[in-house]
Amino acid sequence: SAEQLDALVKKDKVVVFLKGTPEQPQCGFSNAVVQILRLHGVRDYAAYNVLDDPQLRQGIKDYSNWPTIPQVYLDGEFVGGCDILLQMHQNGDLVEELKKLGIRSALLDEKKDQDSK
Amino acid sequence: MLSGQLVRRLFSMAGRVCLSRSSAGLGTIGPVEAAIRTKLEQALNPEVLELRNESGGHAVPPGSETHFRVAVVSSRFEGLSPLQRHRLVHAALSEELAGPVHALAIQARTPAQWKENPQLDMSPPCLGGNKKTRGTP
Repeated sequence: SAEQLDALVKKDKVVVFLKGTPEQPQCGFSNAVVQILRLHGVRDYAAYNVLDDPQLRQGIKDYSNWPTIPQVYLDGEFVGGCDILLQMHQNGDLVEELKKLGIRSALLDEKKDQDSK
Repeated sequence: MLSGQLVRRLFSMAGRVCLSRSSAGLGTIGPVEAAIRTKLEQALNPEVLELRNESGGHAVPPGSETHFRVAVVSSRFEGLSPLQRHRLVHAALSEELAGPVHALAIQARTPAQWKENPQLDMSPPCLGGNKKTRGTP
């Protein structure tokens, strides 16, 4: 239900709806989301596998008013799918958004290492 | 930047998958592809519209029109966030997305942005999807 989904997306700071799991994604686009989060060192996030639950699969599309999976929520707010997350990763927006959530992107540390060398 | 290389590697793997550049691998344009093109032209009056049927690279029968990648370049996107732009594309294609189209990768750019990088990217390779059940997208 909409209320349940509302609670779900607000329960954790980073929430993703995938085909498959982070350990075993079953879709290239869902995998891209998992890999981007991994690059940023985001370890604590909620991942829901829509392939396990047809009701969830349709329900989240209705709730987000977004026709495809994967779907990414940051701080309870819908951000977009794989394309948008990739864009945010490439233009630096993702690092900023994670910072607002109190998550320090691993890429900042990586850059720091590179700068100090 | 290291992460850029990793992301590129992720997407370059797509080259090893059989991705047909021409629609349905036969050089013909199917009805769904034609409808997508027409609707996007009408809704967004794009300067550039590049559309690729990527169904050949996924676990669907040959000749399918289920997975697409589109680059839409339009001044209508000026001032709009990526989310707003994608929603405009979705709105134009609501029928197709409720029907046969299972995946739609979108590059929504203003003319200036497109000029900086005028190319239709590669999609990541298919990881099988749900092979157990045939179902709705």
